[in-house]
Amino acid sequence: MAELIFDLSKEGKCAFSLPQSQIPSYEIDERYARDEDAMLPEVTEVDVIRHFTNISRKNYGVDQGFYPLGSCTMKYNPKLNEDVSKLQGFCALHPYQPEYQVQGALKAAYDLQQYLCEITGMSGATLQPAAGAHGEMTGIMIIKAYHESRKDTKRTKMIVPDSAHGTNPASAATAGYDVVQVRSDDKGLVDIEALASMMDEETAGLMLTNPNTLGLFESNIKEIAKIVHDKGGLLYYDGANLNAIMGIARPFDMGFDVVHLNLHKTMSTPHGGGGPGSGPVCVKEELIKFLPRPVVCKKNDIYYLDYDRKDSIGRVKAFYGNFLVCIKALTYILTMGPEGLKQASETAVLNANYIMAGVKDNFIIPYDRFCMHEFVLSGNDQKEKYGVSTLDMAKRLLDYGYHPPTIYFPQIVHEGMMIEPTETENKETLDKFIEVMNKIAQEAIEDSDLLHNAPHNTYVRRLDEVTAARNPVLKWEKEQDL
Amino acid sequence: MRYIPVTDKDREEMLSKCKAKNIDSFFLAIPEDVRLKRLLNLPSARSEMELIRYMQDIAAKNSNTNNYSCFLGAGAYDHYIPSVIGHLTSRQEFFTAYTPYQPEISQGTLTAIFEYQTMICELTGMDVSNASMYDGASALGEACVIASSASRKRSDIIIVEDMHPEYKETVQTYLKFRGIKYTAMSVEQLLNADLTSTAGVCIQYPSFYGDIYDMERIGRYVKESGSLFIVCANPMALALLKSPKGFGADFVVGEAQPLGIPLGYGGPYLGYFACIKEHMRKMPGRIVGKTTDVDGKTAYVLTLQAREQHIRREKATSNICSNQALCALMATIYLSVTGKEGFKQVAKRCVDNAHYVYEGLLNTGKFLKTSDLPFFHEFTVSPKSDISALNDYLFKHGFIGGLDTVKGWLIAVTEKRTKEEMDEFIRRAGEFNG
Repeated sequence: MAELIFDLSKEGKCAFSLPQSQIPSYEIDERYARDEDAMLPEVTEVDVIRHFTNISRKNYGVDQGFYPLGSCTMKYNPKLNEDVSKLQGFCALHPYQPEYQVQGALKAAYDLQQYLCEITGMSGATLQPAAGAHGEMTGIMIIKAYHESRKDTKRTKMIVPDSAHGTNPASAATAGYDVVQVRSDDKGLVDIEALASMMDEETAGLMLTNPNTLGLFESNIKEIAKIVHDKGGLLYYDGANLNAIMGIARPFDMGFDVVHLNLHKTMSTPHGGGGPGSGPVCVKEELIKFLPRPVVCKKNDIYYLDYDRKDSIGRVKAFYGNFLVCIKALTYILTMGPEGLKQASETAVLNANYIMAGVKDNFIIPYDRFCMHEFVLSGNDQKEKYGVSTLDMAKRLLDYGYHPPTIYFPQIVHEGMMIEPTETENKETLDKFIEVMNKIAQEAIEDSDLLHNAPHNTYVRRLDEVTAARNPVLKWEKEQDL
Repeated sequence: MRYIPVTDKDREEMLSKCKAKNIDSFFLAIPEDVRLKRLLNLPSARSEMELIRYMQDIAAKNSNTNNYSCFLGAGAYDHYIPSVIGHLTSRQEFFTAYTPYQPEISQGTLTAIFEYQTMICELTGMDVSNASMYDGASALGEACVIASSASRKRSDIIIVEDMHPEYKETVQTYLKFRGIKYTAMSVEQLLNADLTSTAGVCIQYPSFYGDIYDMERIGRYVKESGSLFIVCANPMALALLKSPKGFGADFVVGEAQPLGIPLGYGGPYLGYFACIKEHMRKMPGRIVGKTTDVDGKTAYVLTLQAREQHIRREKATSNICSNQALCALMATIYLSVTGKEGFKQVAKRCVDNAHYVYEGLLNTGKFLKTSDLPFFHEFTVSPKSDISALNDYLFKHGFIGGLDTVKGWLIAVTEKRTKEEMDEFIRRAGEFNG
């Protein structure tokens, strides 16, 4: 039975107490007062602890095992980062305390901005965006503000590759752009000729992930940048895959103008079951003036928040970003140092190639050459010969105790499965995963029903998602459980 | 390197299995001229011991709200955080998990979100809630965008001007880049405005300055004019104040940081987003629904995904992907711990304390009233002295004073403030002659 906290509720139970009041009570005028209480649960502290502990055990986290979720960079989340972010000097600060009371917080933010600029090669940064997609939106707004500042207002389009994350086109739309798609060539890279024919003076720029979502480095990046820049456009770097190239190559040197990073991927901060993330944006010199307000600055060793920025796009959220997530990322960068970050990228790439080499006898590798930090295989053979889909194989991985890789993405690979091991996994873990993948390929041949019906060992099995969407039940109702 | 477990011997074996000469072989696809030929210019690696000391030193340069008594609010509130919240949200099963795309191994997160959605609906009176937004300001921005696209005939947005200034700025950013027209006006102006081209009106409840308006009157006017009504509410205030459902809200959004989330110098916080059923399929972000598995067992799953960016790309209702799930879990646990009675008691104590400090400050004779409207736990008074000098003086005596705003000194008083703290705060504020 799936028990909810509401099911434990009983009149008169309470897990909370306030100190005795020593002041007079004040009654709010009845005209403004609520008629009916909110039906919150009435439970004890032990009820709360047991309930949330028990439901947590139906989850799967990185600390439990391998999480090769492509494009999500599910690396280990160091515990030290958590401890640092919980220091009272960081987590008990009010965002409107005067600057002189929070010099440490401003220093931390300033240093992180500097380090992210060094890692990306850029000149200025904002920590305000709360997540990757929020950073994309911010970056695209900066591009729009740049064009408008030059009275170049006829640019209405943004180009996005057909292999891009769904957030790219969606973010371009939030900034008011029409999205046009550029196709990939047979090597899995941006089709240069198609790009050249599309890029015109009505196009604001190109959003690109590099390495791309197939885990391949866009080798023609300089040429791509030239095509975009020659027509007056700007080049946007989606930092989702930055984990492949830290200390090896930098977006600025490739010709990018704006970058967002996902601190919850590359910089090891936890995903929290969906968030909070953090999506800082770094830009080159001439775009600094468009960054969201305020920017953390430093003058004569005093840190301050600079609000006086007339060309700024404005704000994308209140306050200064997901500050405590930034503290974790800063801790990570200082732990790793320049050699460590480079070694992280090298090992992430080694691990991905090692898995690819280990499974290539049993699965189609559509782009069969060295990959970067992730690769995409195709389950098309299994599908066509044995009727076993990639979804079936992903669900079977659950039975073996893994979080499955990203599936059916990018959409240009049939029955795609995108595998990103990250650098924090050891060889033994990778060997076991390779063994299981090959075993599943064998099972597809010998016992396809085993896969169609997978998973078998999980707390719940495959869900009826169609009914969930057709007749949505989105909250607990007292009646339904009577 | 602490977090990289591959040994030199492993590396050799792995390279040979990959048929790669060395690590560099993997990177040959990166053109020579874009490679970094030096190490990144970053501080060198620190051991755990060195690092914790270094970060402690930085943290110690800040004056935190445990050492100073905080009377500052303005969108971020110093409420007490029950100890169970930290313990439960530190469970790796919650905090190291990804977005629950694989429901078979994510029932923990999905169940908690379902409970969260229920609680948000209860507080706001709305029919549906999503799984969370970045913060109150961006949640309001998204609500305005959706309201603007809801009708073909109307697209303008009105912002009632005593909205949090940073929320106003955020909404403006969300709207101006999409080419949506917006105007800011006072409540008085709104009640005399022609709303025939207005798609939505948004108002903060209580206002940024603490005022509680006659929301029924405003709601009636907005709804009778055929516009959508967007209420940005402090969820703590909803424990005691009229539910937005009662005055015709279509969307209720806001900042749920008061529900057990640390001040954290402004983030991560928790945007909540709820609406009436009619707008359900236009909502941004993740939504969790109830269903069954193949064996008929009750389970929860991400649903109505046809709205979202990973399916609809540029046609999605929003670009949001990662949200603030762990903060939503904190709020869910907070509302469970405080519960039906405790939550009201916290809110009531905030009201008592705030009115005690308000009266106390007025009685010193150094502050003037700025409003006759009722308030919840936050209010403005007009000091005779310079606010920034007053705050500096108070800081020397252990207090973080209120915000300097165009309407005066904005003070918030939570349940954490003791009578001794409040008396001393009033005395010090009253004795200052700046």
